[in-house]
Amino acid sequence: MTQELKRVRETPSQTAGPYVHIGCTPGFTGIDVYEADLGNVMKTGPVKGEEITVTGTIFDGTGTALTDALVEIWQADADGLHNSPQETRGIADPNFTGWGRCASDMTTGAFTFETIKPGRVPYPDGRLQAPHISVWIVARGINIGLQTRIYFEDEASANSEDPILSRIEHRNRIPTLLAGREKDGVYRFDIHLQGPNETIFFDI
Amino acid sequence: MAENDTGKAGGYLPRDRAWQPAALTPAYKTTVKRSPQAALLSFPTTLSEETGPVFGHGHLSEGDTDLIHNFAKDGESAIGPRIIVHGRVVDENARGVAGALVEIWQANAGGRYRHKKESYLAPLDPNFGGCGRTLTDAQGNYAFHTIMPGAYPWPNGPNDWRPAHIHFSVFGQAFAQRLITQLYFEGDPLIARCPIVGAITDPDAVSSLIAPLDMGRAIPMDSLAYKFDIVLRGRYQTFFENRPEGS
Ligand SMILES: [Fe+2]
Repeated sequence: MTQELKRVRETPSQTAGPYVHIGCTPGFTGIDVYEADLGNVMKTGPVKGEEITVTGTIFDGTGTALTDALVEIWQADADGLHNSPQETRGIADPNFTGWGRCASDMTTGAFTFETIKPGRVPYPDGRLQAPHISVWIVARGINIGLQTRIYFEDEASANSEDPILSRIEHRNRIPTLLAGREKDGVYRFDIHLQGPNETIFFDI
Repeated sequence: MAENDTGKAGGYLPRDRAWQPAALTPAYKTTVKRSPQAALLSFPTTLSEETGPVFGHGHLSEGDTDLIHNFAKDGESAIGPRIIVHGRVVDENARGVAGALVEIWQANAGGRYRHKKESYLAPLDPNFGGCGRTLTDAQGNYAFHTIMPGAYPWPNGPNDWRPAHIHFSVFGQAFAQRLITQLYFEGDPLIARCPIVGAITDPDAVSSLIAPLDMGRAIPMDSLAYKFDIVLRGRYQTFFENRPEGS
């Protein structure tokens, strides 16, 4: 026997199931208990930086769109600061929450966020990361939330020095993390759970 | 970075992937085409994962914790055994997580969800919506008043039934802690038969999702109670600064 470590284990995850909307976006499924669904507005006033739309669809291994997923994103403001009590480097844009939550469309599977292009956030060693948005996906058939990141295709020089992107062994998979510019201010980020274009998912 | 009783807070402890369910668990058939096949890419957390939004009481209202009444017509209430579900949200260092957003959803007493895509033949309860939410107090505690959800059949195997359960979504102080799970009830024989529960292989991990009956928190002549504590990822605790990579 040894001394006891005063540590407890993380609660195991279980799937969000097909009815995640009832709990997380009840307004979306027609249950008007709350004033508004949390996370559906990221810009609460005039914001600093470039306003963008990020839209996409999640596909399963057969190429079928997921119409029952929930996507959450979290990101820095235009200066790379988070609107969070844990932010220690400065005060973030008060009109930008940084957090978005969107249910996939029940017919098409599309998700959309009205947000801003994030600034750069340091890696633990001080190097700057490329602009990115953190993503968390849950759905029926997903036992534990999937983590990935949205980077931007048009940030080539920042991407080339990003501490995470630069350490990915399979370089041909990096495009799965890049949102492409569809038109001015509109980026597409599709997510593939399986297949030749399987998105890189993180354990972070 | 915030000081605490055992040193400086570092990055978040990695998830124990042997304790957590795998992505691919074929007995739960939907995972077969929805599970990533490549290895996850492991990295230490950065500020992007170590931060998270703050949820103010302005977003929520008092009645959000009362599922018996939050959807019911005036003077009426949801049908089913009345229960209190309470517990504490802590991190892996066993410290309470204050201000965590806890959102729950569940079927009604007959096992039926109020959802456009739900087709189980059990009836809807006109006085039950099925959702609640709250913020934990300064010590990490939360409580809901609701009704016991029913078991329900689901299309997986030819005769699969979900044990009675309440879905929980928990948002602590950091995006790295984001968690969705399910509460099960002590003594339910369907727990051991459920392929979704079975996605978790460690019996101790399964036990940690089963809420015991808690007569100490029951209200006599009113409601039974069940206790469900939740553990979110914690941070490395260190007296030493992290050394920059390569130095
Ligand atoms: Fe369920």
